[in-house]
Amino acid sequence: MTENGCEYRERVLTMDTMNPNIKRVEYAVRGPIVQRAVQIERELKMGVNKPFTEVIKANIGDCHAMGQRPITFFRQVLALCSYPDLLEDSKFPEDAKSRAHRILQACGGGSLGAYSTSQGIEMIRQDVARYIERRDGGIACDPDNIYLSTGASDAIVTMLKLLVLGEGMSRTGVMISIPQYPLYSAALAELGAVQISYYLDEDNCWSLDINELSRALQEAKKHCIPRALCIINPGNPTGQVQSRQCIEDVIRFAATENLFLMADEVYQDNVYADGCKFYSFKKVLSEMGPEYSEKVELASFHSTSKCYMGECGFRGGYMEVVNLDPEVKVQLTKLVSVRLCPPVPGQALLDVVVNPPQPDEPSYGTFIKERSETLATLAEKASMTQEILNQVPGIKCNPVQGAMYTFPRIHLPPKAILEAKEKGQSPDMFYCMKLLEEKGICLVPGSGFGQRDGTYHFRMTILPPKEKLKIVLDKIKEFHQQFTDQYS
Amino acid sequence: MSFLREISSLKKNMFLSEKDVLLRLVAQIEAEIQQGERKNYNEVLDLSSGDLHRGGIKPITFVRQVLAACFYPALLKDDSLPLDVKERADDLLRQCEGGSVGSYTDLCGIAKIKHSVSKFITRRDGGVPSSPENIFITSGSQMALMFLLKLMIQSKVPCQTGVLIPVPTYASFTLALEDHGAAIIPYYLCEEQCWTLQVEELRRALHEGRRTCNPVALYICNPGNPTGHIQSRKSIEEVIRFAAEEKLFLLADEVYQSCVYGEDTEFESYKKVLSEMGSTISSTVELASFNSASKGFMGECGLRGGYMELVNLDPAVKEYTRILFSTRSCPPVGGQIALDLMADPPKPGDPSFPTFSEEVQSIKNMMRKNACRIQEVFGELPGISCQPLKAGFFVFPCLHFPPRALKWAKKRQMKPDMLYCLQLLEETGLHVRPGCEYGQRKDSHHIRLLVATHEDIMEDALQRLKTFHMRFMKEFS
Repeated sequence: MTENGCEYRERVLTMDTMNPNIKRVEYAVRGPIVQRAVQIERELKMGVNKPFTEVIKANIGDCHAMGQRPITFFRQVLALCSYPDLLEDSKFPEDAKSRAHRILQACGGGSLGAYSTSQGIEMIRQDVARYIERRDGGIACDPDNIYLSTGASDAIVTMLKLLVLGEGMSRTGVMISIPQYPLYSAALAELGAVQISYYLDEDNCWSLDINELSRALQEAKKHCIPRALCIINPGNPTGQVQSRQCIEDVIRFAATENLFLMADEVYQDNVYADGCKFYSFKKVLSEMGPEYSEKVELASFHSTSKCYMGECGFRGGYMEVVNLDPEVKVQLTKLVSVRLCPPVPGQALLDVVVNPPQPDEPSYGTFIKERSETLATLAEKASMTQEILNQVPGIKCNPVQGAMYTFPRIHLPPKAILEAKEKGQSPDMFYCMKLLEEKGICLVPGSGFGQRDGTYHFRMTILPPKEKLKIVLDKIKEFHQQFTDQYS
Repeated sequence: MSFLREISSLKKNMFLSEKDVLLRLVAQIEAEIQQGERKNYNEVLDLSSGDLHRGGIKPITFVRQVLAACFYPALLKDDSLPLDVKERADDLLRQCEGGSVGSYTDLCGIAKIKHSVSKFITRRDGGVPSSPENIFITSGSQMALMFLLKLMIQSKVPCQTGVLIPVPTYASFTLALEDHGAAIIPYYLCEEQCWTLQVEELRRALHEGRRTCNPVALYICNPGNPTGHIQSRKSIEEVIRFAAEEKLFLLADEVYQSCVYGEDTEFESYKKVLSEMGSTISSTVELASFNSASKGFMGECGLRGGYMELVNLDPAVKEYTRILFSTRSCPPVGGQIALDLMADPPKPGDPSFPTFSEEVQSIKNMMRKNACRIQEVFGELPGISCQPLKAGFFVFPCLHFPPRALKWAKKRQMKPDMLYCLQLLEETGLHVRPGCEYGQRKDSHHIRLLVATHEDIMEDALQRLKTFHMRFMKEFS
């Protein structure tokens, strides 16, 4: 009853009436630890005394937030596209102007503000196809198989939507690595799909073991219908770069077991370790003989958010689909039309990324310098990270072969584990929270990504500027020692 | 739900891309024109979609200058940009991590922008408070609508979740509902009375819907698309009362709110009316209002900037809304910037104000002139009539086909209005959409054409339509 005696209207949308799948959605990267970090930042601003003067956020793969500079050429083209009057401005180089002009001609009314077709501007899809062909040594790519998207996440969720169906025992199962980037587990929870976890081999640089894939699959067949296999290469959070042999094995496995392959390749330019190379699933598949290359269904994903671009805010991305059933492709095209179109600035950005300055162009020198520096710095930081962390007793760090993260294993004393459990926290969350409160460093606990039972990890980005990263690593070293002492 | 089946099968046959038979004809004609094979016209005139820029309207200068400066901050040192542009860009860049628009933002949008939006809403509603906590920015308002649908729709329970939607309504929304597994419960707008929403019809639809599903939400589009109808305050109150009585979640799609040009016509938001309706209702009825940078005078569809404001949402559910957002990273920064500029445009005294207000005014004048001209031209033509034009981007005139025309369409196994549109396109190069795509009462026929276009283009379109229509009516009379 309300104050004036009228009957209180019960809400339509309550926890009870809400879609139950949503309750299972979690996303650790921006979860409670980040919320606490933001709170602490506010407290610092208000002058509250802390054992540190700033919170260093090494939780999210956001390059620019941590000081990485955007590529000048890309931003020039985007500015020209946004405000075409600047095409008359002599301060902009000719190669940027010609690209902007070309992009605008492909936009409705010559404006970034017009809707594009849902699949993305055709000219840009053609450019992406050519980029893929160059990348893969000439293997043909059909622009019609390219779908531009709002970041790679959008395309990944769209494909999952297409794949997930059935009820009960015949519900779709989707294989995903443990550890994994939690977008996958969140999307699967939201869609009510069955998550089929396969463990990466920590003792072997987080490599993928076909026997483990097999084990997970056989087990899953008892309660669902496995339909898809997701693989992140280079890996997030693990940073491993799969060997060509491994990729072939995965393709063979997918062929034998009739699984749709989803290859998340957003870190394809982020490869640092000697002896490691990025092999695209598309290329390897195409070179495996027709019983694979013409049969195995594959969707590869890429985006403008990572690599040397780091342009997360623009939400640029695409997927390439291979060997898709034509009827399914029709449904896919229909599905993407529901969200109207991907942001056009992101599409424009993608176009410049796949059409960078050429050696004979005025902006080439600066472009190459900026790109090399960014990638070289990341490689240095990857190296420094694994070196320093491996010096800490109780922390074991696999080589950071690629991507932007490290996922070291931390040994936690039994007393700490007990206290965590008493608090109702996973032990690595307990560890990370303490690290945040005592040292002002924000990482994400391994439990957010998945890990073998009884093991604990954290994910740290290698993105802070080198000097700051050194400080972070030293603080972690200190903290781990103190933590181990405190709970021994 | 025969309407649903109709739309579904239509969607299978001709949705918004290459399968669309009208679009295929457009492509064919354009190819023929290029090869010099066309006689009576030398270009296709496209009035089919609600896209200002595609239709030749220039973007607002201030918006594009700020955007350019945000994308390429070196421009902040440029003399060519006005001071207020630079100040705004600088301010926005400070809100971005690392001072770059390339960073991720907060999941539901940059805090300062949500603040601007909430202040805009309060100003708009004559002081009714609005909290940034209840503002959720998304990649286009349709995305926000879909998030809510995701929360509300349960496909596994004994009864399918139902949503009441108006007939006519725009096509991609129906697709979105199907995509989320909702049951669609159509309620018919009353064409003879300027496309008003009548509560008795809502009641009828709800009653009908309850027999086969579990209705939880009532979707209203105000100003309407494609009808251009704008609800009176009284009508809004009736709808709110109905939602309160029947326990329905209100989804108020108000993306055309700044596109009102009719005389003595004013937009009132559902939020405002709700807040003035006595505490039993104002503090309990759940409402989501949607707005976007895609429509209005900005027309920035491609930037994908939209938001929803949630009123009276269960706090626990609101928390899950945030979590849902986390699987989509963050809204595109270009769209967020556009929203900030929409919510907080140049003011009198600002260096950019004269240009800005001139650009906005010229679009408003254009709409008014077009609306007048349309009514004039239709007034002279037999067999085509439209309700008074008050708001929105479109006109949705009714076609009164002679019986012979209906027979001809039946013989060709096509909807009469679709066939009309195909013929119109073929003979005059004018591309408009048929009413069957939006839903209409049985045996009624319509077309939808864009009103938000240059006066010259409007005139050209009306001449082409007039020529075709006269010939068509003569042939089938």
